[in-house]
Amino acid sequence: MSEMQDYSSRLSDPNSRRLGTFSYLPQMDAEQIRKQIQYIVNQGWNPAIEHTEPAEARSNYWYMWKLPMFGETDIDRILAEIEACKKANPGHHVRLIGYDNIKQSQGANMIVHRAPITV
Amino acid sequence: MAGKTYNAGVKEYRETYWDPNYTPKDSDILAVFKVVPQPGVPREEAAAAVCAESSTATWTTVWTDLLTDLDYYKGRAYAIEDVPGDDEAFYAFIAYPMGLFEEGSVVNVFTSLVGNVFGFKAVRMLRLEDVRFPLWFVTTCDGPPHGIQVERDKLDKYGRPLLGCTIKPKLGLSAKNYGRAVYECLRGGLDFTKDDENVNSQPFMRWRDRFDFCQEAIEKAERETGERKGHYLNVTGPNMEEIYKRAEYAKEIGTPIIMSDYLTIGWAAQASLSRWCRDNGMLLHVHRAMHGVLDRNPKHGINFRVLAKMLRLLGGDHLHSGTVVGKLEGDRAATLGWVDLMRERYVKEDRSRGIFFDQDWGHTPGVMPVASGGIHVWHMPALVSIFGDDSVLQFGGGTIGHPWGNAAGAAANRVALEACVQARNEGRQIEKEGKDILTNAAKSSPELKMAMETWKEIKFEFDTVDKLDVAHK
Repeated sequence: MSEMQDYSSRLSDPNSRRLGTFSYLPQMDAEQIRKQIQYIVNQGWNPAIEHTEPAEARSNYWYMWKLPMFGETDIDRILAEIEACKKANPGHHVRLIGYDNIKQSQGANMIVHRAPITV
Repeated sequence: MAGKTYNAGVKEYRETYWDPNYTPKDSDILAVFKVVPQPGVPREEAAAAVCAESSTATWTTVWTDLLTDLDYYKGRAYAIEDVPGDDEAFYAFIAYPMGLFEEGSVVNVFTSLVGNVFGFKAVRMLRLEDVRFPLWFVTTCDGPPHGIQVERDKLDKYGRPLLGCTIKPKLGLSAKNYGRAVYECLRGGLDFTKDDENVNSQPFMRWRDRFDFCQEAIEKAERETGERKGHYLNVTGPNMEEIYKRAEYAKEIGTPIIMSDYLTIGWAAQASLSRWCRDNGMLLHVHRAMHGVLDRNPKHGINFRVLAKMLRLLGGDHLHSGTVVGKLEGDRAATLGWVDLMRERYVKEDRSRGIFFDQDWGHTPGVMPVASGGIHVWHMPALVSIFGDDSVLQFGGGTIGHPWGNAAGAAANRVALEACVQARNEGRQIEKEGKDILTNAAKSSPELKMAMETWKEIKFEFDTVDKLDVAHK
């Protein structure tokens, strides 16, 4: 049995803040992100990109990057939009959403770029 | 044309209530009972008797029958079928016309369907297996106060099952120590914690103290993790005045979700509380204490799929559904059947899942099934595969029993869950590859590694008592 460990989450440590689904796993690499995008496309969901200042991450309404990419199935084009959003909004978190219009909900919602958090 | 004449006396039920040529109407309420008749009672007569006693008839002919249009109001037993693998029981299908029931009243429907008939001497055992609710009835019931999509939006959680934990020991903690256990679970990565069903307002912890300490725990964990959290504050109480009082206070302190036990508080109370929840923007978690009394005997009582449909009509946002893999009873195919009945818009007849009728839910929102009871990280691949995203997976002992405490236990569960969802989305067979997936995830999570070592050997492999009826000879 290994030594007992403390659980190190702190109010005073901004990096204790989580950002939804997959935020308890190590940041995915490019290949892993591609697979998640493929999943969104395979489900027939509409990809969308949102971003925000880290201090405002708890708001329901992040900034929309353009409009959701209705009907887009080209993974490279989706990845290119993520890159464009990142470049235009340095210091922002960026997340990818898969809108499920049948369930009227988001089938997927994951952070694809986590900015340094200071608050 | 002359009217009927009155002949006093006892007639065979089948003369009036057995009608194999009847085609059920879309507006009929349909029921299927599993019937074990008394020796010597023919199937048609037993089916007709069940039909008669659960609709218009009494044991003898009465003159007042002739003052109404019995053909318009009577139920009809319209089919009988063998029960696979069972010589003594048979299925009786009964159609009830819409005029027999009050709109929007689950109480009224079941007072007929599972009323006096269950004590009726001509049948030895009787079980209500399924009920088809016509759309007119579905739409006159309130249904869930919010439903799955609204809950996800309120909590800002998407693309994965939600995670919960029932606080243990279930009785005897002080409110402040109890709140501590809640806080530790939530900061570690769970979405919810839960009051045990028998935590109401006992001397060791009155409800108001529990509510206050739990709310502080929620609020601190939210600030710490940046995620939305909840604790199912159990408002179950001795009477409706107390229930409303507790619910109002929960709202006043800003908590997002409360909880009730729909079978023990009663169906009318559940319908009232659910309506209050919709009016007050409060999510409602529903526990099912007492269901085993009603649904476990395969030949007598009410199948859980009927109780699950009932709750969707009465209203609730979560309902315990069994885990398939944990410490409590639950056949896999049957569980998948009632999970569909909780969540889907339209469910087709599927005997392989124990579903006897097509069920159209119209625009009634779905209920989140809750898998709770004796589950731990090793069950995660199977749970994600069985229940999918729109569910709550609850680990009680499997969180609090972690050697390093609740926060570590919670983190282990969250990591395991997210690893399974990631792998599923990548197209991997997560039940088959479960060990690999978890082992790999544990490389970056010492909490998960510890949990996997702790619960390695725990299995719950007793056979199910209430199985689906299949031929086994």
